[in-house]
This record gives sequence, C-alpha cells and structure tokens, in this order.
Amino acid sequence: MIDSIRDLAPIVLVILFFQLVIIQQPLPNLDQLVIGVFFVLLGLTFFIHGLEQGLFPIGESMAHAFAQKGSVAWLLLFAFALGFGTTVAEPALIAVAAEAAKVAANGNMIASSDQAMASYASGLRLTVAFSVGFAIVLGVFRILKGWPIQWLIIGGYVLVVIMTIFAPVEIIGIAYDSGGVTTSTITVPLVTALGVGLASSISGRNPMIDGFGLIALASLTPMIFVMAYGMVML
Amino acid sequence: MTMLDMITQIWSTMVATVTDVLPIAAILFGFQFAVIRKPLPNFAKVVAGFIWVLVGLSFFLIGLEWALFPLGKLMAQQLTDPVFISGASEAVSAAEAAADLHWQDYSWVYLFAFLIGLSTTIAEPSLIAVAIKANEVSGGSIGIWGLRISVALGVAVGISLGCYRIVVGDPIHWYIMVGYVVVVIQTMFAPKLIIPLAYDSGGVTTSTVTVPLVAALGLGLAETVPGRSPLIDGFGLIAFASLFPIMSVMAYAQLSEWRTNRSKKHST
Repeated sequence: MIDSIRDLAPIVLVILFFQLVIIQQPLPNLDQLVIGVFFVLLGLTFFIHGLEQGLFPIGESMAHAFAQKGSVAWLLLFAFALGFGTTVAEPALIAVAAEAAKVAANGNMIASSDQAMASYASGLRLTVAFSVGFAIVLGVFRILKGWPIQWLIIGGYVLVVIMTIFAPVEIIGIAYDSGGVTTSTITVPLVTALGVGLASSISGRNPMIDGFGLIALASLTPMIFVMAYGMVML
Repeated sequence: MTMLDMITQIWSTMVATVTDVLPIAAILFGFQFAVIRKPLPNFAKVVAGFIWVLVGLSFFLIGLEWALFPLGKLMAQQLTDPVFISGASEAVSAAEAAADLHWQDYSWVYLFAFLIGLSTTIAEPSLIAVAIKANEVSGGSIGIWGLRISVALGVAVGISLGCYRIVVGDPIHWYIMVGYVVVVIQTMFAPKLIIPLAYDSGGVTTSTVTVPLVAALGLGLAETVPGRSPLIDGFGLIAFASLFPIMSVMAYAQLSEWRTNRSKKHST
C-alpha cells in the first residue's frame, strides 16, 4: 500500500498543480475524486500482490514444464494460442478496429454500409491477433535458437519503413497505434514470465539476453500486418 | 452519482474484466491439464493470485474512470484551448486566437505533456511487473526504480516532442525514422545485456493508464491547431511514447556502465 501511494503521488500532484495553479479552476466532484484515487491505490496494491502469487508463478512453471517435456510443436502451439487468445478479446483493440473501419469508410476505401464496416473491423482484429500469435511463436523460437533479438527488431523496423512508403496514408496512423494496444496489463507479466522461464530452463541461454524481447516483437508485428491488410483490402 | 450507481458500475467493470481474463485462463489451464498433464504446484495459491489480479484490475480501472481520466481529459482540452493559450481576456473567437499563435506559445502544453507522461508511466502496472522481473533476473544490478524512472523520462520526452510536432505540423514519419536510426546506433554501443529489455520497454509503456490520457491530449491539440486533422495528427503520440523509452533505457545502461568504469579507474 505504501508503495502504491508512492507510485500514484506524481499523477495526483501534476493534476492538482495544473488544475489549481495554471488553469485556476476548482476541482469538480471532490468526493468522487477522492474515492476514485483510493480505488486506484487499492487496485494497484491487489494487482501487484496477485502478480507475485499467480501470474508470475504460472508463467514460469509452464515454461519449465514445456522445456522438460521437450516437445517443440506443443510449445509453439501454446505460444500462438497465448498471443492470439490474449489479443483477440482486447477492448482497446476492438475500439481501434471500429475507429479504423470508420476511417476506411470515410476515405471510400470500403462501402460505408454497416455490414462492410463490421467485416472490415473484424478482419482487422483477427489480423492483429494473428500477428501477435505469430510474434510470440517467433520470439519463443528465437529463445530456443538463441538468435540475437536486435536483428529481428531492426529487420522489422526496416520493413515498417519500406511499407510506410507504399501503404495508404489513412492506415499508417492506425497501424502505428495498433502496435501499442496489443500489450495489455495481463499479457505483459504473463509473456515476460514465460520468456524468462524458458530462457532459464534451457541450458546455455541467459535469461537477461534471451528471456526478454517477446513484448518488443508483439508490438512490432501488428504494424507490419496491419499495413499489409490495408494494402490488400484496397 | 448515487451509491446504487457506484455499485452497478463496480459490478459491470468486474464482469468485463472477468470476460477479458477468461480466454487467457482457459488457455493456461487447458494446456496445463491437457498437454503438460502434471498437477500445478501451489494450485490454490495460483488461483487466489488470479482472483487478486482480477479484483485489483477492476478497482484500478474504476478508480481511473472516476478520478483521473475525466480530469486529465478536461485539462487537455482547457490547456489546448487557443483562448487560454493566447491569454486573451477580451472575448475573441477560438479561431481568431488560434490564427496568430506560434509554437513557442504552447509552453504550458509541452510541460503538461512532459509531466503527465512521466507520472502516468511511473504508475503503469505492466512496467512495474517488468521492472520486478528484470530486477530478479539481473540479480539486482538493474534497479526497479532506475528502470521505471528511465522509461518514464523517455515517455515524457517522447510525448512532449510529439505535441511539438502536432503544433508545428511536421510529417510524423521523419521523426519516427530518425528515432529508429538512433535506436540502431545505440544498439551497437549499449551493453549487450540491456538490449532486449530496452526493446521491451517500448511495448510496455502504452498500457492502461497512459493511452487514454495521451490520446486525449493529441486529439485536443489536433482539433484546435488550425490546419491539423485529428485523423492524421491525433494518432501517433502513442508511437512516440513507444519509441523514446527504448532510447532512454539504453542511455541509462550506457551511463551506468560509464560510471562504473570511471570509478574503477579512480580506485586503481
């Protein structure tokens, strides 16, 4: 709880300073604000506690179990399911996909009927979910092989830059943002624990060098896949 | 807001969080029992942990909805309002006030962007999780606060620069490409151990707390600065917030390494 107070104090101070000193307006609904801040504190404290007790241990123990089992096919299937399953129901992604469908309809890229927009949005969602599944598979494969992460990421950057030149202008902002919405508060700890667990149970792998990097791939692949989707759907 | 409203809102947020987490739990437990076929060690403790996460996340989201988001969005609107920025006391229209503003006039916006980027990142649960893990894996040589503050500084600089870009109207891809080039150059010189973690930091920052506030700021600016389109300029602050932490985390590692080397030289 003390830690959570320390985590939140900066936000409260920034907002108070701007509201009272710069904009010089009184705070609206003070009682609701106080309850809200208290809930955020409580929630953060519970979340960190649950992280240490539930999410980290299950991520690590499953990684160890798969490493002992020695079946690469099952491990990669699990990696794909985890990436796809955590993304397809992501509320932030649903919002961005709906927004993207509106943009596409306004730009006359698709018909502006509800049906066309709905199918465009769900196609985009599946594309992003598939790309995150692909990213986790690629990342797990990298841990098994011990490839350096920088070649994958920098190669991805180069691909993003090249695709940006050719992709329709309207899709670019959405593609860049879709990389940011795929890594939710529950996915990040799980995937991190999985990567670190795998790297520490395979001999000759360093958890510091091989364990991290899954999240980076999961933020990069959606940009590439969404731009490809924008080019194909025209 | 009555007591009853509060209770229904708490209930509906809980239900929404449970439906988000169910597919993840199904995948985890499905593979555990069908493929691994071993009992989970501390099964009861893990389930309890999941419940803590659910309850915690629900309260966290409700609190954000009630306290931080409305205020943050309101502030972003007020600060980007041309009438406020030009300090015009006489009743001029927003369009008139906006027409003779220069990028220097937006200094409060840049400061707000910097501070809100810094403070929301410090409170970002995903980043706390990654920092705990990095500290554990590195045997304590990467400090939890060191990592969190360097990521937060990266986000702060990224968002301020992103706001400046919206005000001036430069095309986004030049900034992003220069950023990529800097990341590539730093990758060659930074300590090898930090690189994967630095790359991960970019994806971690754009999570629960930061996205709504930053998006509100970007859209507010793009709507009020003449000649900007919310569609093209409003997006892209998130991209800045993901790119800059990669640089700042590598810089933090480079500085730490340099300081260690210097103290070694002094002690011999």
